[in-house]
Amino acid sequence: MIQDLIVGIRSTLVLWVLTAFIYPAVILIIGQVAFPYQANGSLITNSEGQVLGSALIGQTFTSDQYFWGRPSVINYSEGDDAAPTGLSGATNLAPDNPDLLERIGTEVERLKTAETQPVADLVYTSGSGLDPHISPAAAQAQIRRVAAARSLAPDQLQMLISKYTDGRFLGIFGEPGVNVLKLNLALDNQ
Amino acid sequence: MLQGCVQIALTLAILVAIVPFFGRYMAQVFSGQSTRLGAIARPIERVLFAGAGVAAKRPMTGTQYISAVLMSNLVMGAFVFLILMTQERLPFNSTGLSAPSWDLALHTAISFVTNTNQQHYSGETTYTYFSQVGALGFLMFTSAATGIAVAIAFIRGLTGQAIGNFYQDLVLSITRILLPISLVGAIALLIAGVPETLGAPVQATTPEGALQWIARGPVAHFEIIKELGENGGGFFGINSAHPFENPNNFTNLLETVIMMIIPASLIITYGIMAGNPKQGWLIFWMVFGLYAILSAIAAIGEFWGNPLVNNVLGDIQPNLEGKETRFGWALTALWAVSTTGTMCGAVNGMHDSLMAPGGFVTLANLFLQIIWGGQGTGTAYLFVFLVLAVFLTGLMVGRTPEFLGRKIEKREIVLASLILLIHPIAILLPSAITLAFPETLSNISNPGFHGISQVAYEYASAAANNGSGFEGLGDNTLWWNLSTSFSLIAGRYVPIIALILLADGMTRKQSVPETNGTLRTDTVLFTGVTAGVIIILGALTFLPILVLGPVAEAFNLG
Repeated sequence: MIQDLIVGIRSTLVLWVLTAFIYPAVILIIGQVAFPYQANGSLITNSEGQVLGSALIGQTFTSDQYFWGRPSVINYSEGDDAAPTGLSGATNLAPDNPDLLERIGTEVERLKTAETQPVADLVYTSGSGLDPHISPAAAQAQIRRVAAARSLAPDQLQMLISKYTDGRFLGIFGEPGVNVLKLNLALDNQ
Repeated sequence: MLQGCVQIALTLAILVAIVPFFGRYMAQVFSGQSTRLGAIARPIERVLFAGAGVAAKRPMTGTQYISAVLMSNLVMGAFVFLILMTQERLPFNSTGLSAPSWDLALHTAISFVTNTNQQHYSGETTYTYFSQVGALGFLMFTSAATGIAVAIAFIRGLTGQAIGNFYQDLVLSITRILLPISLVGAIALLIAGVPETLGAPVQATTPEGALQWIARGPVAHFEIIKELGENGGGFFGINSAHPFENPNNFTNLLETVIMMIIPASLIITYGIMAGNPKQGWLIFWMVFGLYAILSAIAAIGEFWGNPLVNNVLGDIQPNLEGKETRFGWALTALWAVSTTGTMCGAVNGMHDSLMAPGGFVTLANLFLQIIWGGQGTGTAYLFVFLVLAVFLTGLMVGRTPEFLGRKIEKREIVLASLILLIHPIAILLPSAITLAFPETLSNISNPGFHGISQVAYEYASAAANNGSGFEGLGDNTLWWNLSTSFSLIAGRYVPIIALILLADGMTRKQSVPETNGTLRTDTVLFTGVTAGVIIILGALTFLPILVLGPVAEAFNLG
């Protein structure tokens, strides 16, 4: 019994050094030295070095000047609730939960007021609350509004949308998505 | 629809292509044959064995083996509990997190040492980088390796060999399987965009002037062992739906396949170690068939979407509640089936928001425990079902039940029954208690039949050592933390003890020569009977709860 305990403690320590110290340290060094952009969160900065966001994380957009992302139950980790750790989260509403229908009703009304066709991904909340993408159809549905607000030709927006659409992996896996933050930053830089 | 089906079929094809090679590799590792990795791994192993004070070549008896499993797991669990409770004073606490409540830390430690990774917390707001890497990431390796070691001991016992040395198999699982794949996989994830940093969360100012807090951390190395070891505990609260854990469809494909390769390949490993590869493949295709059917059911449910919402939209659109745009309905459904089948428990979309067919399939997976099954243990459960099928068919045709030339007798059936019965006990009893006090205990978030599913799912996930959840449930309470801890322990260690005793008993049986009267177990007919036994036993035990939960919900939705 005591022998078992001693072996248990010693093996815990040696395996801890291997799997919880050496292994993460190797990956950390490789990441920071060889791939610092990805390793630090794919951050987008402006010319003054201020962080505008991450290429992988969505943000809230409500102005007519911008393309809107999907609804997020955690407000895309923005505001005082998210400080200082950052958040992720979903509604976890079941399909027959009346709250889900009520929320979707409100969302559809909001989109209709803005003369935007309610596409599924614009009314359903995402899994992470941080989804950076909308479907190409959801982007199409917003072209008229953004074009009017910015006095731009819809064709120009069309081009930007295709430019910031991440396709399927190998043309097969997953669904294409338009990166909303990158698209909106490109609009501002026009 | 077609596009989605092609994605699912191709993912499964990749799995089938990997399995024969990886299965053979694991058989070589655990039969002591030399492999290419051996030259690098051997010196490391020598250091580990010396440091641990283990005489690796010395085989253990059944009781010694059980004692080694329990003692090592106890020490590791206690060590991790200590780290979690003192995290405030440990390094790499950039957001100033304090210690969690004792019951949450206890539940977390038990949940990770049992390879479950059920999480009653959100990673980014509860545990420091040190706790995640030094405590939870550590257990991700050792708990997975414990499962593999037990499965190998069980296979050895069934085939009449000595069951081996626990510490040797534990270390080999890490140095030759888990760690090499994790190293390569972590670098691949890193290049694809998964962060690996000790830096604090970043503040960003959005174009609309809001202040955004972007959580990050040492994620890449954690993410890969999370999937490979079927651990499933997310670095972030929202797990693999988080863009930093699973940023694109390359990472999603990698993570989906890698969570299945060990349990799927272990079936082939068994065939090779038992000297009967045909039987390995027959069992493989049986599980594959069940898995494909369940995947189709879940995917179709998500594709047709929510009829109530479709009424509002005026169109048939897939159910995207709790799903990421980049994965869509097909790959989220496939992941949901894979993660509950394999006992990984990571999620790339919210199971609570799945349509009723998805809820049905994920629950059924947790109840059956063998659609690939847990790391190592799932494969062992498959053989328990085979032993039972041998016994039942033996009774039907009046032959002495034998498996691999060894008689199945009372002791084997008692132990096999114990393994199967502890599962419903650890799920249904606490579920009944919790549902009896809905106001004080349950913390259900969704009304109606779905609430019943939420409670049953939580205990099923704990008892099956899965770790996923219908996460709307308010589960960070004293009751939930302690009662699921009971299910976690009962669902992990009772079967492990029984499996080792079963294997140890089989080792010492006289081999009976095969005759014309022997019931052959490597036939399609017998494999079909086994599938029937699995489904009937599963259905008899859990059908009522499936009817009260997802089936009733489906009728309710119309």
